[in-house]
Amino acid sequence: MVENRPWGTFLAHAVLIIGVILVAFPLYVTFVASTLTYDEIVNVPMPLLPGDQLLENYSQVLLSGSTKGSSAPVSTMLMNSFIMAMVVACGKIAISILSAFAIVYFRFPGRNFFFWMIFVTLMLPIEVRIIPTFKVAADLGILDSYLGLTLPLIASATATFLLRQFFLTIPDELAEAARIDGAGPMRFFWDVVLPLSKTSMAALFVILFIVGWNEYLWPLLITSQESMYTVVIGIKRMIAGGDASNEWNLIMATAMLAMLPPALVVMLMQKWFVKGLVETEK
Amino acid sequence: MAEIALRDVKKSYTKDLRVIHGVTATIADGEFIVIVGPSGCGKSTLLRMIAGLETISEGEISIGGRVVNKVEPKDRNIAMVFQNYALYPHMSVYENMSYGLRIRRMPPEEIRKRVERAAKILELGALLERKPRALSGGQRQRVAMGRAIVREPAAFLFDEPLSNLDAKLRVQMRLEIQKLHRELRTTSIFVTHDQVEAMTLADRMIVMNAGVAEQVGRPIDVYDDPNTLFVAGFIGSPAMNFLPGKRNGAAVDVGGGISVPLPQELQAGAPEAVTVGVRPEHLLAGTGTGPQFRFKVDTIEALGADSLVHGALGEGILIARVEGHATPAPGAELVFHARPGKLYFFDTDSGKRLRA
Repeated sequence: MVENRPWGTFLAHAVLIIGVILVAFPLYVTFVASTLTYDEIVNVPMPLLPGDQLLENYSQVLLSGSTKGSSAPVSTMLMNSFIMAMVVACGKIAISILSAFAIVYFRFPGRNFFFWMIFVTLMLPIEVRIIPTFKVAADLGILDSYLGLTLPLIASATATFLLRQFFLTIPDELAEAARIDGAGPMRFFWDVVLPLSKTSMAALFVILFIVGWNEYLWPLLITSQESMYTVVIGIKRMIAGGDASNEWNLIMATAMLAMLPPALVVMLMQKWFVKGLVETEK
Repeated sequence: MAEIALRDVKKSYTKDLRVIHGVTATIADGEFIVIVGPSGCGKSTLLRMIAGLETISEGEISIGGRVVNKVEPKDRNIAMVFQNYALYPHMSVYENMSYGLRIRRMPPEEIRKRVERAAKILELGALLERKPRALSGGQRQRVAMGRAIVREPAAFLFDEPLSNLDAKLRVQMRLEIQKLHRELRTTSIFVTHDQVEAMTLADRMIVMNAGVAEQVGRPIDVYDDPNTLFVAGFIGSPAMNFLPGKRNGAAVDVGGGISVPLPQELQAGAPEAVTVGVRPEHLLAGTGTGPQFRFKVDTIEALGADSLVHGALGEGILIARVEGHATPAPGAELVFHARPGKLYFFDTDSGKRLRA
């Protein structure tokens, strides 16, 4: 817009500011609550300015956890969440990029059938298959382990589909030039496809990391020991029961901590993320 | 360096979809062959079969005396230059050119030597560290050729390498390819739809149409002595004028009250429907010997060195090339005669040239 319309500018800013307040206010309240004492929070009305308990609250949750409900230290939970999100994201990318490569570059019987099979699983939410998956995990004896936390989530139709779409935009001539240059399929994959997919993989990583971090239902089912809780589950377990018995200040501190890593991943990888989503130049 | 032989090569994708109906040709060692034809004639498919990127349905292709039907592209000892260059976007020019050699585990000093020599020939020395996206179209094209040169293959295969360049650059690259071939003397097969490229580059050319090699020969021979209506119309710009006519005794009636006498030796066995062909540059102004082509001028294209005069004659359109700045007004009536011996007669139905 090059037009200079003061009223329009004002309106646009007003809408944006209202939007920001709507989104940011709950976050702010969470932050304020995480710096207060328990008594201050349950007082009505709750103060809207940060208190002086910041260090106390955070160090307590990180080192020793809440005293009610779950009592595992949040640092362990953060580590669990981090391992889970990392392994799931990297695993998904590794498996998906190989299957997408196979589907795009190899002609084998049933190629389309397998692609559509993968595609169809996109339509099934995790909840549909969670009971059989749990049964399988239980029979394999991987409940309450990192393996159980990550392995069943690693196959990803979404990532396979996205990478396939990306591979389809790589000109066929590149594959042919590599064939004439003498590169076998895996050499071509390693030397050409992988470097070209860097930005796509980065974008996928951001999305998958956040999805993995926020995963709720599966860790809830598969973990029963506190030492295996992810932070999302930890928050849930800290809310033990009746309103009065919850240490809201500690829960809010945990929530703040749970929000940090995904935000960090987005901020650190933003450049790559945007590039991966918009890049068309090949 | 090698001879490439095609023996009755056919390609069909399904039983009903046949794209190449049997091409036989021998490309001598060191020869520059251009395969030319309109889009969809199968010329690129034929090249890709030689490269090994397409399977050969029937027939045999041999390179340097070795039948390569079942040989992988990398083992055919050929290098290919693609229309869109197909440079690896994430590699520098040096890496692009050396990739094939690195895969073949050539010692690094040897790779460096070869790349530098190729870079010198192609004047890419200053660009070796650049990425393809920082290069112009002509430079990318040269890198693609460099990638082929460093391999020192038995044959270069070019798949319409100039069609992504602008007109001026195309002419320049054409000359460079010519120069390159004079220096390296490597057997080359060059596919194009541009008959000017074919005429200027080829030692010999293969004119293809609908999966058939219509004519194989030196460019000048093909131009002077086309075998079929298709070849006559495809080679030469502007295209040869065709006047479809009916045989009338020892002459062909082409409409507009013009009757073109059939040469004595063609009269026996000439069909009913005959098409008379004459190139625009073989139409001379004024009344001379032979049939007179009299027509009203429709439009004029003044090209500077000469002008093209368009006019309708009978059922056909006639284009005459007039030297200099002669610019008759549209609507003026002009008369032309054909240069002696430069009238071509074709069987309208089969498209074949009538020969004695």
